[in-house]
Amino acid sequence: MEGKADIRKRAIIRRRIISRVFLTISTLTAIYGIFWLFWILSDLFINGFRYIHIGLLMEDMNPAGVKGGGLRHAFVGHLIITSIATVMGVTVGVFAGIFFAEYGRDSRFIQALRNVTDIMVSTPSIVMGALVYAVLVKPVGHFISLGGSIALALIMMPVIAITTDEMLKLVPGMMREAAYALGAYKWQIIIKVTLRAAKVGILTGVILGIARITGETAPLLFTSFNNNFLETNILKPMASLTVTVFQFVMGPYDYWHEQAWAASLILTMGVLILSIIAKIIINGVSFTVPFALISRSLFFIRKFRKEE
Amino acid sequence: MERDGAIIEVEVSLPISQRAKEVKKNGRLVELIFKTSLGFWAIFLGVVFPISAFFILAKESWLSIKRFGFGFITGTVWDPVALVFGGLPAIYGTLLITFLAVLIATPVSIGISIFITELVPKWLKPIVTGAVELLAAIPSIIYGMCGFFVFVPFVAKHVEPFLIENFSRLPVIGFVFNGIPSGIDAFTTSIVLSVMIIPFMASVTKDSFNMVPSIVKESAYGLGATKWEVMRKVVIPYTASGIAGGLILAIGRALGETMAVTFLAGNNPQIPKSLFEPLTTITVALANQFTEADTDLYLSSLYYLAIILFVISFLVLVTAKLMVLRLEKQWKVKQI
Repeated sequence: MEGKADIRKRAIIRRRIISRVFLTISTLTAIYGIFWLFWILSDLFINGFRYIHIGLLMEDMNPAGVKGGGLRHAFVGHLIITSIATVMGVTVGVFAGIFFAEYGRDSRFIQALRNVTDIMVSTPSIVMGALVYAVLVKPVGHFISLGGSIALALIMMPVIAITTDEMLKLVPGMMREAAYALGAYKWQIIIKVTLRAAKVGILTGVILGIARITGETAPLLFTSFNNNFLETNILKPMASLTVTVFQFVMGPYDYWHEQAWAASLILTMGVLILSIIAKIIINGVSFTVPFALISRSLFFIRKFRKEE
Repeated sequence: MERDGAIIEVEVSLPISQRAKEVKKNGRLVELIFKTSLGFWAIFLGVVFPISAFFILAKESWLSIKRFGFGFITGTVWDPVALVFGGLPAIYGTLLITFLAVLIATPVSIGISIFITELVPKWLKPIVTGAVELLAAIPSIIYGMCGFFVFVPFVAKHVEPFLIENFSRLPVIGFVFNGIPSGIDAFTTSIVLSVMIIPFMASVTKDSFNMVPSIVKESAYGLGATKWEVMRKVVIPYTASGIAGGLILAIGRALGETMAVTFLAGNNPQIPKSLFEPLTTITVALANQFTEADTDLYLSSLYYLAIILFVISFLVLVTAKLMVLRLEKQWKVKQI
């Protein structure tokens, strides 16, 4: 016969075991997530590192099937496409972000615009490519690298706008009020006070935006397309690193695969380093830009800063 | 005016009041220009861009919409030669791999969030959080490439033969595991896709877990609840709408994912009968066939797929956004 105490004890032990089991499972899921990161990175290193050599950056592509050659055309093209996209994306994004934060804080209409922009952050990137194809590539009649830049800029704009907005919201209202008290105009306050206060945060957003578009392939497939030769004219089709990797992976030659691995390693390292820099500058910004929830985590930074 | 001990004479050409008026007028003018130029881009991003995107897609797909109507959505034949286009295989493929990926990603993301908020030692916390978030930073084409060269051969050699051997004869659900272990199929695609969306879901879930007031958790501990019971019966119900928001955000991400899926799905315009058959999705069809489309109707049908994708993902994300907004309101009330 078991006493009541025994039964109760056993129930407690059972509950403890269940708890242990589930907590172990949750630890395993975290290990699973991190495992994938290391797995992908180690794959890239194992397969790509030994094929990185200076010729990759200095030589153009050989005719298909002829071993050797490099990817200078893709690196140059990628740099041009992303730079132009960044200039367009940052300008528009920061402008819109300032408007959302400084002029639209009390207007329901502008807050609605901001929320729509927040939704546009997650628009499928391939749709942007299709849009630019319809508006630009089709009328022109051939693939055009400027179209790739525009597609990337369209992807970047909402990201930058939302981060700028979030960062400007962090600037304490007191600073604005102090400037108002001196009789400053709103544009003066924005340029001389709030933008200065939030510049590090905005820079972080810009870095994250660049990191995001650097790895994009889909919108480039039918805008800037691809080119086997070095091309610097932005009105012609231009090679990019990501599309070239796509072409090489799908291609039949082994040395193409090797170059694709090397190029992917360089690309991934670039993107990861950008992301980590952004992360270090502001701890609390997430790469995932999960809607306004960022503002929640930033709430703590704000509190922390006030205490300082 | 006195500065550094020296006296600087300030010349005022106009009477002070007139000058002030001028400054005021100029300031107002600059203000107006500044505001309109910023507002222009804000309105562009918030209204003009989404609406014109919709209309451009609609205009481009008009030919196909006129020809096939809503029957396009249920049409199963995709034959560019005979000029018969039906979107069901691609739509079905998109929904299938999204569903499977979310099915895998949800428990994993919740597990990771529990680990980060409750279990991990403080010094390890930023490393784990950062590592999971870095998964979101890796370009999609890299997932596709690693999946294609490394994961697919592994799965085809070790995992799928095992699954087919042991599960394909099961009653009722056995057909799911039928097929040839090629590795290029819904199974591999959805696993890789789930890894890509885990960081998005985990970061929303984690943020909502952090929002649970500690007093609520402590009350449960005070009643003698174990850690798991606190998570299961207090934290998860309390943050249900946050988890749902993250889930829907992840769905939105998965729907639009292109490159990784293009490498892994196989571009086969048929409705897959099991997990181990190649399939196609809307994004795969676009990526593979867009530049090959030689007739207007072909291209227009691809745009039809694109607009379906655009509308689905927009609606999904609106839902996610509304849930997150509701959650924020709730929190704001509670913080006071």
